[in-house]
Amino acid sequence: MAMAALRREGRRFAPLISPRPITAVRSSPLYPTLEDEGLLGVRHISTQVVRNRMKSVKNIQKITKAMKMVAASKLRAIQTKTENSRGLWQPFTALLGDLPSADVKKNVVVTISSDKGLCGGINSTSVKISKGLHKLNSGPEKETKYVILGEKAKAQLVRDSKKDIELIITELQKNPLNYTQVSVLADEILKNVEYDALRIVFNKFQSVVSFVPTVSTVLSPEIVEREAESGGKLGDLDSYEVEGGETKGEILQNLAEFQFSCTMFNAVLENACSEQGARMSAMDSSSRNAGDMLDRLTLTYNRTRQASITTELIEIISGASALEG
Amino acid sequence: MLRRASMLLARRPILAASARPFSTDLPAAPSADATFTEAWTKVIPNMDPPKTPLSFMQPRPPTPSSIPSKLTVNFVLPYASELATKEVDMVIVPATTGQMGVLPGHVATIAELKPGVLSVHEGSEVTKYFVSSGFVFIHANSFADIIAVEAVPLDRLDVNLVQKGLAEFTSKLSSATTDMEKAEAQIGIDVHSALNSALTG
Repeated sequence: MAMAALRREGRRFAPLISPRPITAVRSSPLYPTLEDEGLLGVRHISTQVVRNRMKSVKNIQKITKAMKMVAASKLRAIQTKTENSRGLWQPFTALLGDLPSADVKKNVVVTISSDKGLCGGINSTSVKISKGLHKLNSGPEKETKYVILGEKAKAQLVRDSKKDIELIITELQKNPLNYTQVSVLADEILKNVEYDALRIVFNKFQSVVSFVPTVSTVLSPEIVEREAESGGKLGDLDSYEVEGGETKGEILQNLAEFQFSCTMFNAVLENACSEQGARMSAMDSSSRNAGDMLDRLTLTYNRTRQASITTELIEIISGASALEG
Repeated sequence: MLRRASMLLARRPILAASARPFSTDLPAAPSADATFTEAWTKVIPNMDPPKTPLSFMQPRPPTPSSIPSKLTVNFVLPYASELATKEVDMVIVPATTGQMGVLPGHVATIAELKPGVLSVHEGSEVTKYFVSSGFVFIHANSFADIIAVEAVPLDRLDVNLVQKGLAEFTSKLSSATTDMEKAEAQIGIDVHSALNSALTG
């Protein structure tokens, strides 16, 4: 390739100079020097370094464009599922209201994040909100535990809150997300973690460029009873007759578990959508950056090339004029 | 430089005022949200508080003084909203205590569902679904929320497969050893016999 380049450069001067076998050999194939031997022993400033950079930047641009396309197609697939599942949590909020400020002793923060990276800042946002909730609910006799879904939140939370982590679940998206899988997961969490209030932190998907951090609160049946008795938002819960079951408590227990699995399902889907959307925009800005870099490198390359041609011309002309006069 | 700073300060509230008409109609933040946002801003002043589900929901109408003529039904599944705020005359839900008919003006109830047939009556047409299980909330304002894990229209069920499933689970129950297996086999029998009676009855 070096020979071909030199031959190209030599051909330009063919009408001016008598041809001469190109004996120039690179000093070393591994370390491209900035100067190398060309036709007639004329030295050229090498554009090799710039050309290598251009090639790698172009490859990166292709890769990020491809990643953006992949994220766009995955987003399309999961977006319909998410929009269909949005009706699932609304009846629960209509019945039980939403009490993020309920004062409870045992808080569990369920942080939902992605397994793979390169998706912008959504995982950091979720972790910051989880830490904020931890701080908000700290006090005497109060404790906050973490249940982590996804590698990225695990990496961030393990660093400083290791003792507060109860459960870590990863590789959620190995199989396409479905309700059965999420309900098994919810079952595991409910069995292994004692809770008064579960706060699910996720990124709600509003549009391809907007992801809103959201926290959904699921209260345990005892806290629901307490809040209903004390009046306020849940005051009219007592007016609801409870059909079936032995006791009202049993039904409320089932209700709380069902509510948790439904809100988890929606939260996991919304977070997956947000992840793909964030990856699309991250890869898009990355390809644009690569494009800008490529433009700047092309300008540098042309300048270097033209400078070397000019240098050659000057040398030849000054040599010729020295011969004449 | 001071003039530019004052221009910027003057411009910001104008931008905030013009942004509000474009925002979609969000219901007024209820008091629970306000206490949460206040507590949040006190403890963590640098970050915006996260949103809560209430801000994404349309508020429900209050209880009317007279009984409305139609029942508004939301029938949701994890994968789809089968019926969303549909106005019907009556629904019959398979609660654990038996088939329960819900008419407009029904008393507020929370009921758990067992596997059975859900029928929606609108005028003269009846749509029947087989639901696996779930919950139904009937609110005082004649809104009914039915949340089911699985629901299929009755014409999608295959009689032969139902019979086969019933036989299979009956044999599993007789051969079950642990409590877990017995419970699973019993659940299978319950669902399949409900399917059977749904198809025949």
